[in-house]
Amino acid sequence: MNVIVCVKQIPDPALPGALDGATNTLKRDGKLILDDSDAYGVEMALQLVDAAGGGEVSIISMAPNGETAGMRTALAMGAAKGILVSDPALQGSDALTTAKILAAAVQRLGGADLIIAATESSDGYTGTVPEQMAEVLGLPSVTFAKKVKIDGGVLKADRQTEEGYDEVECALPALISVTAGVVEPRYPSFKGIMAAKSKPVEEVTASDLGVTPAGWAGAGQKVTLVAQAEARQAGEIVEDDGESFGKIVAFLENLKVI
Amino acid sequence: MAINSVWVFAQVTNGVATTGTLELLTKARSLSSNVTAILGGDASGVAAQLGEFGATKVYATGDLAGKLPGVAVSGAMKAIIDGGDKPDLILFPQNYEGRDVLSRLSVKLNKSVLTNSIDVAVDGDAVNATTPIFGGNTLVTTTFTGEGPYLVAFRPKSFAAEASGGAPAAIAAASVPDLGATGGAKVTAVHVEETTGPKLDEASVVVSGGRGLGEADKYAMVEELAKLLKGAPGASRAIVDAGWVPYSYQVGQTGKVVKPSVYIAAGISGATQHMVGMKGAKNIIAINKDKEAPIFGIADLGIVGDVHKVLPKLIEALKGR
Repeated sequence: MNVIVCVKQIPDPALPGALDGATNTLKRDGKLILDDSDAYGVEMALQLVDAAGGGEVSIISMAPNGETAGMRTALAMGAAKGILVSDPALQGSDALTTAKILAAAVQRLGGADLIIAATESSDGYTGTVPEQMAEVLGLPSVTFAKKVKIDGGVLKADRQTEEGYDEVECALPALISVTAGVVEPRYPSFKGIMAAKSKPVEEVTASDLGVTPAGWAGAGQKVTLVAQAEARQAGEIVEDDGESFGKIVAFLENLKVI
Repeated sequence: MAINSVWVFAQVTNGVATTGTLELLTKARSLSSNVTAILGGDASGVAAQLGEFGATKVYATGDLAGKLPGVAVSGAMKAIIDGGDKPDLILFPQNYEGRDVLSRLSVKLNKSVLTNSIDVAVDGDAVNATTPIFGGNTLVTTTFTGEGPYLVAFRPKSFAAEASGGAPAAIAAASVPDLGATGGAKVTAVHVEETTGPKLDEASVVVSGGRGLGEADKYAMVEELAKLLKGAPGASRAIVDAGWVPYSYQVGQTGKVVKPSVYIAAGISGATQHMVGMKGAKNIIAINKDKEAPIFGIADLGIVGDVHKVLPKLIEALKGR
């Protein structure tokens, strides 16, 4: 069983985000790391390939400046190889262009039995790329999967809903997006980290993939105003002296909640 | 361009249109008098309600027979558009089904999407959507260019749902085309997670717990406090990921957006992903050991202390009343 995992390399979420002054799209030119939410997909893929008793996990990513630091983390966890799409013309691409690019990268790898993505990235969180990829590739999809297994060549997943969850069966090949917590991601071992350094990552451009990048200009939308939202003011902050619960009681009384 | 026709992706739960659907219809009718709802399911029970909130027409697919709405409803929408009924703007709710339908349709129409938005307005020839980023500190206005339909998803509670007293929406059949391989997924069972007390996104008091509780057992304190205040218990993503409570408890970017009168955050540091879901609360009380925690930046009352010490005393005090 071959599985392809889409991973995103993002600016460290601990650092404050910034917009590109020219296009008002998210800046992603500094050091990038593996998006935490993608570690679940990588782990899921490794476990499914393991359970199938054969095959391999490949990863695909799109990032500026040939950045592979985040991909190396996924390779260190156990993925075999990767494709990085890096092309200045893709800077500021919208979700639809990203989906077309990643779908083309899937095809470059010859497709797979299963393609896994996270439900949304932790920086841009548009949240549409996985389902858009499935449509581009003509595949069925199960989004927001929180439990996944392959049983007799059929994918069985519990899919999150507003009221609870649905059990869904899906023919392969297919694409799924997995929620954080679907599995517990492993930490890369020292051996894994060393091995990752020599695992192949092919760097390609949009034209290598046969996709014409629309860029932000071709996205059919443009950012026309960026403004600060009205900030919420902090109120009274007190150190607990053992009696501070009384402050909460008084606060609730004042609001007539109690 | 002027907006002549607006569509709303409508959802029905337990035989009634969801609050999110009514919010979007309310907004839609402020933009155009020609508002159409599109429903994956049967519309006979909700046509009156959809009409009351502004829809003049509803396209309904009938029972989806286990097909996932993402592929089925987007397919039906594309067929209607190809048939000549083309809207200028389509509004989607930012939720599981809304995102799936929006994503599939964007590829079918080769149109970009805008998600997580909180407002949309027509200004002369421009259609502008407003989207908060960086946890809501910054508001971005995006202007659509070129020909519609423009595709936008909105966060829950972006608009207040108000009835207009319109006549029942006229029902029109929408057919789901042959989905080929994309229709390969089928729902085989539906599970509803039972909850008691008020619903998380409708409660006037919400008490949420986070990693600061230390262990899963301690979440009982959050539930007890919520019950005493006739509120709903919620959770940060950290403890949902850790498996302490079901996903349906999650407040935040990827969970529920809540706007209660009082929000109590117990042992929650205030990651952006969480704050997006609760900063609309009228009053915020935060209890956290770390005085540098971002949650204190938006709290009306902040207690720098150990939730294991503060919560039991608070619960005792409330019980004694």
